[in-house]
Amino acid sequence: MTSATLHDDFVVFDHVQKSYDGTSLVVKDLNLKIGKGEFLTMLGPSGSGKTTCLMMLAGFETATHGEIRLEGRNINLVPPHKRGIGMVFQNYALFPHMTVGENLAFPLEVRGMGKDERETKIKRALDMVQMGAFANRRPAQLSGGQQQRIALARALVFDPALVLMDEPLGALDKQLREHMQFEIKHLHESLGITVVYVTHDQGEALTMSDRVAVFNDGRIQQLAPPADLYERPENSFVAQFIGENNKLQGVIEELDGGRAVVRLATGELIDATAVNIREKGQQTLVSIRPERVEFKPELMPPGAHMLDAEVLEVIYMGDILRTRMRVAGTDDFVLKCRNTLGQTRFAAGERIRVGWHPEDARALDVI
Amino acid sequence: MSDAPLTTSDGRPLKAALAQAQARARRRAFLLVAPLLLFVVITFILPIGQMLQRSIYHDGFSSAAPALQAWFEANPPGTAPDEAAYAALAADLQLMKANRTAGEAGTRVNYTLPGTRSLFTSSARGADKLEPPFREALLAENAKWGDPLVWEAMRSAASPWTSDFYLVATDMQRTADGGVERVPEKERIYLKLFGTTFMLSAVITGVCLLLAFPIAHLLATLPASRANLLMILVLLPFWTSLLVRTSSWIVLLQGQGVVNNVLVSARLVDDGARWQMIYNMTGTIIVMTHILLPFMVLPLYSVMRTIKPAYARAARSLGATSWTTFRRIYLPQTLPGIAAGALLVFILAVGYYITPALVGGADGQLFSNLIQFHMSKSNWSVAAALAGMLLAGVLVLYWLYDRLVGIDKLKLG
Ligand SMILES: Nc1ncnc2c1ncn2[C@@H]1O[C@H](COP(=O)(O)OP(=O)(O)OP(=O)(O)O)[C@@H](O)[C@H]1O
Ligand SMILES: [Mg+2]
Repeated sequence: MTSATLHDDFVVFDHVQKSYDGTSLVVKDLNLKIGKGEFLTMLGPSGSGKTTCLMMLAGFETATHGEIRLEGRNINLVPPHKRGIGMVFQNYALFPHMTVGENLAFPLEVRGMGKDERETKIKRALDMVQMGAFANRRPAQLSGGQQQRIALARALVFDPALVLMDEPLGALDKQLREHMQFEIKHLHESLGITVVYVTHDQGEALTMSDRVAVFNDGRIQQLAPPADLYERPENSFVAQFIGENNKLQGVIEELDGGRAVVRLATGELIDATAVNIREKGQQTLVSIRPERVEFKPELMPPGAHMLDAEVLEVIYMGDILRTRMRVAGTDDFVLKCRNTLGQTRFAAGERIRVGWHPEDARALDVI
Repeated sequence: MSDAPLTTSDGRPLKAALAQAQARARRRAFLLVAPLLLFVVITFILPIGQMLQRSIYHDGFSSAAPALQAWFEANPPGTAPDEAAYAALAADLQLMKANRTAGEAGTRVNYTLPGTRSLFTSSARGADKLEPPFREALLAENAKWGDPLVWEAMRSAASPWTSDFYLVATDMQRTADGGVERVPEKERIYLKLFGTTFMLSAVITGVCLLLAFPIAHLLATLPASRANLLMILVLLPFWTSLLVRTSSWIVLLQGQGVVNNVLVSARLVDDGARWQMIYNMTGTIIVMTHILLPFMVLPLYSVMRTIKPAYARAARSLGATSWTTFRRIYLPQTLPGIAAGALLVFILAVGYYITPALVGGADGQLFSNLIQFHMSKSNWSVAAALAGMLLAGVLVLYWLYDRLVGIDKLKLG
């Protein structure tokens, strides 16, 4: 989706808070604007409040404070059946006593649609998910992946502008999940619907979304397109949560605009880009992606600091080689390189020097 | 692929190998259920078989009156009794006196024609003095011996296998020419009570369903701690004696009872016109509903607990109002529980005895009370026939249920 449409405020969470028990906040001051046609993913660890946000949007939970707007209209008091939001549930929630066709007919019947129109819509929706031949089956007679498709078709059959999905692929095996990711993404694009998607699978979030909202502890930690999230995490939670990261703790020695020099506990100096660092002398956590670590001095910028490293083990992973080594006192510093012809292969016990471009190392606050 | 039967690697047919492999497992499984099977046979099948046999078999007369039996066999129904018949009767009466079987024989004939038992006992007493011609002698002894109805009744009793008890139980009687007719209007009691029993049971089942549905729903949706408390309240009646529960209802509902006193003191009811809520049909309905309620709550609860809230949410998100969601999504999924609970409560209610006996008064009695009445009078055969009718009624219902709902939909827990 282009950034022009990203901010036309189709869905707005405005200072939304939620408490279930009156003593603790599950959602703390949520502010989020979702554009029309956007694919937004809520990503976060278990219990971070993703489902709660989705349920508030769907109308099954009421916001304790704040306002939720849909197309500019406050929907806090609109009951769920009047919101016209399609929803796909984690375990599909297909009505077990109805056939697939009846399941799909249900939203159309409650809207008082005539039989002919219903049938065309059902057929279209089933064809959309390649399940046209299954209208007379019961949900129990379908495989997990097929149920998933039907759930998707049911959420789309009444042409909602907004579709919510709560971990819809959580119960599928890896291969099927990847296939369905592709199909959902494809449907999103061809139908032009807005999707709010909840998952705790970061791969899913990164591949499917226009933007990802990373949740932790009831707050959005970062809201950004996948590439930004991966390459420019704004705090150490996001850096650790998304992808693999090497973490080095130290103190800011020099701070010059965006450039920082960090002194590690072992006394060595490293280069980094300051992200949410305010002053010299501050404690910091420097995060470096394993695939951005360099060990060939000729590839390093001139004057960059390098560290001594001792190779502990090399793990062969097929497409990549993962080298674990001891660097600046930590045993789990990882270097990843592609398994190409002529790639250097280390042996355990070998001593090398590693470094990185300053823009690849992000100095973050300590959590 | 060839059509030859598959074989195992050593050449035996696959089917035979499979059967042999499974035979051992099947034998062991049978041994496991054998004790239960024995128990069911001894405590269930045999007594019911006995009861059913008693309802169609009574040899009290046929074994005591061999001569009459022979005469009835030789002469077709409707033959007027001749001297030979009276001679056979006299011989049998003498036999009855010798064997002291006049009472038994009289009882059997009495089932078919009430008021004939004493005819046998008194005539048998003087049987030794009977002289030919027997017809005159017996008619002199008791003019009733000339009544064709008595002879018809004896003919029917001369065979140990009989449908007479079922005739009694369905308000029928034999006519002099060997046919059957309904008893006079004011003597008809059994069929009417049979109908009343099924009607009352249906009412009780309906009230139980109405009360149990919200309770079970609450139980299934409340957080565990509070649901447990509620569950204890539901089960509490099970832990108290049936008699205690029934008598506490008497305390509450009787004329000078708690409910009436409260109503009178609140001036809602006039002291002179206290409500009659017990010792009648109302009392039976109230108390039996209370006693049978858990049998409705538990199957409903066990079904409702498995209905995930996501279904209701899905329905709502698809645009259904809460009423439509209830009617089209929730209710259909509770049907197995409703069916199981209703069948359970209904069958228990149809055969209920103690509560109507205690609080039913005159018009709140059920069929079982009638069975008990006949048992207390040692009318085993009629009691058995009535019980047989009840069993048949329940089986018909069960069959109907299977046709309409499907027995596989039953879910008790
Ligand atoms: N109905 C409820 N009553 C009370 N507390 C709840 C309820 N639903 C959720 N919570 C609490 O709110 C917090 C957030 O829950 P939520 O379901 O939104 O998390 P989530 O991010 O969806 O997690 P997951 O990835 O495991 O699905 C959790 O601590 C949870 O215990
Ligand atoms: Mg969740």
